[in-house]
Amino acid sequence: MRAEMASGASSATSVELGRSPLAHHFDDLEQQFEASTLGMWVFLITEVMFFGGLFASYAVYRSLYPEGFAVASRRLDYLLGAFNTAVLICSSLTMALAVRSAQLGQSRALRLFLAVTMALGLVFLGVKVVEYSHKIHEHLVPGPSFRFEGPHARAAQLFFSLYFAMTGLHALHMVVGIGILAVLWILAWRGRFSPQYYTPVEVAGLYWHFVDIVWIYLFPLLYLISRT
Amino acid sequence: MSTPLVELPRTSRVNYLNVSYGIRSWLFTTDHKRIALLYLASVTLFFFLGGFFAVLIRLELMTPQGDLVQSETYNRLFTMHGVIMIFFFLIPAIPAVLGNFLVPLMIGARDLAFPRLNLLSWYIYTLGGLFTLAATVFGGVDTGWTFYTPYSSTYSNSNVMLTAVGIFITGFSSILTGLNFLVTIHKMRAPGMTWFRLPLFIWAHYATSIIMILGTPVVAIAILLVGLERLFHIGIFDPKLGGDPLLFQHLFWFYSHPAVYIMILPAMGVINELITCFSRRRIFGYSFIAFSSIAIAVLGFLVWGHHMFTSGQSIYAGMVFSVLTMLVAIPSAVKVFNWTATLYKGSVSYQAPMLYALGFIGLFTIGGLTGIFLATLAVDVHVHDTYFVVAHFHYIMVGGTIMAYLGGLHYWWPKMTGKIYPEGWARFAALVIFVGFNLTFFPQFILGYLGMPRRYHVYPEEFQVLNVMSSAGASILGVGYLIPMIYFIWSLRYGPKAPENPWGAKGLEWLVPSPPPPHNFDVTPVVTGEPYDYTPESEEAHAR
Repeated sequence: MRAEMASGASSATSVELGRSPLAHHFDDLEQQFEASTLGMWVFLITEVMFFGGLFASYAVYRSLYPEGFAVASRRLDYLLGAFNTAVLICSSLTMALAVRSAQLGQSRALRLFLAVTMALGLVFLGVKVVEYSHKIHEHLVPGPSFRFEGPHARAAQLFFSLYFAMTGLHALHMVVGIGILAVLWILAWRGRFSPQYYTPVEVAGLYWHFVDIVWIYLFPLLYLISRT
Repeated sequence: MSTPLVELPRTSRVNYLNVSYGIRSWLFTTDHKRIALLYLASVTLFFFLGGFFAVLIRLELMTPQGDLVQSETYNRLFTMHGVIMIFFFLIPAIPAVLGNFLVPLMIGARDLAFPRLNLLSWYIYTLGGLFTLAATVFGGVDTGWTFYTPYSSTYSNSNVMLTAVGIFITGFSSILTGLNFLVTIHKMRAPGMTWFRLPLFIWAHYATSIIMILGTPVVAIAILLVGLERLFHIGIFDPKLGGDPLLFQHLFWFYSHPAVYIMILPAMGVINELITCFSRRRIFGYSFIAFSSIAIAVLGFLVWGHHMFTSGQSIYAGMVFSVLTMLVAIPSAVKVFNWTATLYKGSVSYQAPMLYALGFIGLFTIGGLTGIFLATLAVDVHVHDTYFVVAHFHYIMVGGTIMAYLGGLHYWWPKMTGKIYPEGWARFAALVIFVGFNLTFFPQFILGYLGMPRRYHVYPEEFQVLNVMSSAGASILGVGYLIPMIYFIWSLRYGPKAPENPWGAKGLEWLVPSPPPPHNFDVTPVVTGEPYDYTPESEEAHAR
């Protein structure tokens, strides 16, 4: 199919099409969509490996200090964690609805669902701020000010090192995600998306779902160790 | 006569170099060819900086006493040499310069899939480089390029953070380049360019991209944890705080062993192109070479533990890693045998790029065979952390990568710049480099076997003869690297104009004018034949 279209696509297309969403180096929108989607999947693979280093560290230390990790895990508020899990699952739903609205060309609904998704993301981060401030207050931040009673202090510090590294990295991804959604909202408001061209929404959706899935793993690993 | 490719119009006078002028047109370009040249400039800068540290190291080792620098300075010298050469030269050199320039051209695409991302990765590389340069200016870093904990995370008083941040940032440049190549190769191939019609250069970059994507994030997180540990004393790797320093080595080598293949696989890709072009023969065993690239990429992830034979990991882990490491020799040998078979009864011509390619095969074979020594558990315990290891990895990484990089640069220089370089000087330089390289590093095998440890700035007197030989070789090697630099720059101004296809080579990149137009192909080419179709006709054309 592409062979026939190929001769028509010259280097002048980008000029002819003006503000068309088709970049000059692609033959058609379908090819561009496929490239963008594959690019995001590959990026998510690198993200899996990035978090994977932390998950590997977690696995090593949890097997070295199973009791210490269980004791330390009780200091986390599993109710707040469960609440945040629910919030993120809802945000995944609204993100999926946003992608569907973009596919159907419903600009108002698209903007609404993007806004709800961002709001849910902010709720998640707000709860995270509450949790972090509790931990700071209770001297559970690793470092010189760390205080933990009992025989498992050393393992507990490792646990909280990993807790802050993993949830901190995850929260950073949430912040980036909310920023991306904000840009998409502005683009949607300017009417840049159509049923023919909604690639950025689709790709951002993949990213958002990935960040949610990471939390789905973090929650039981960090909060529910002693409750199994 | 077979014409596998459509005729392309040859009237266009606008090329990617003269389409626009001024510094802004370069700093904001999204043209993969211009970005390749940006990388060429930065990579060359880092090469000579890293080389400068190497010169100081070899000067210090001329005499058994530590009379040129103090031990602490010496630690910083070899660390900066390693950090700069590995992260800022060897890893990006071929993918970022030759790969960026050639991947779209070779598969008939107008650009990489994500041109702005491509420019961003150059900026990320530059930013990371600036951090590392700042670390150099403020006194360097003394941990060795491997950043072993807990020394790097707790005890070192040098600029570990600045260097670590620089490497962390540069890692993302590598990830983005790999991502861009992978998507481009999957989605942007010209009609008829099936997977088994791809040039082997592309297969090599495909395999390299897999390693960049899967490995680099892991070293990034390991370096991030070292940084956190240094800043907040959180103790993930510090045994005093319950952590495990071996974990760092596992995370580090999980990337850094495959990183060797990030350097060598693109080099092999270049050699495929050179060998087949200058022996005028279809490459022997195309699919074996293609799959051996993938096999090296996959096996490369299973062998990291051979860096840890003496670290205190279990003896059974050591045995498994020893066997797995030897498996890498199989796909590597497949490639060498296929090149040899391609050369056999070929009408070989010894132009400069071919001399580099033949040099590569020699150096890579020596480096590969000594790798088997090191993969053998018992032998490794004897030569671990001696100059034997130093010589081995210089033969593979430096001998392999630089020979291929220079060979490729010579081969595609007419395409990249539209100019011809002086052939006689180029052959002379290839010879000087080959001689200088062997004189520098072969004595180090003997030194290591006799027991001279690496990373020491003083040594017993009986090692002096071999060390002086090595330093003398390094000075020859240094001259050898300077000569191409001079005549390449000379050729930009005074070199004769290059034709479209000065070597009579096959491949889509030779069908466009030299230098290529901004969007590569005015009409998307349609591929109908196999790659490397060197027929008797083209042999005649070559003879003329």
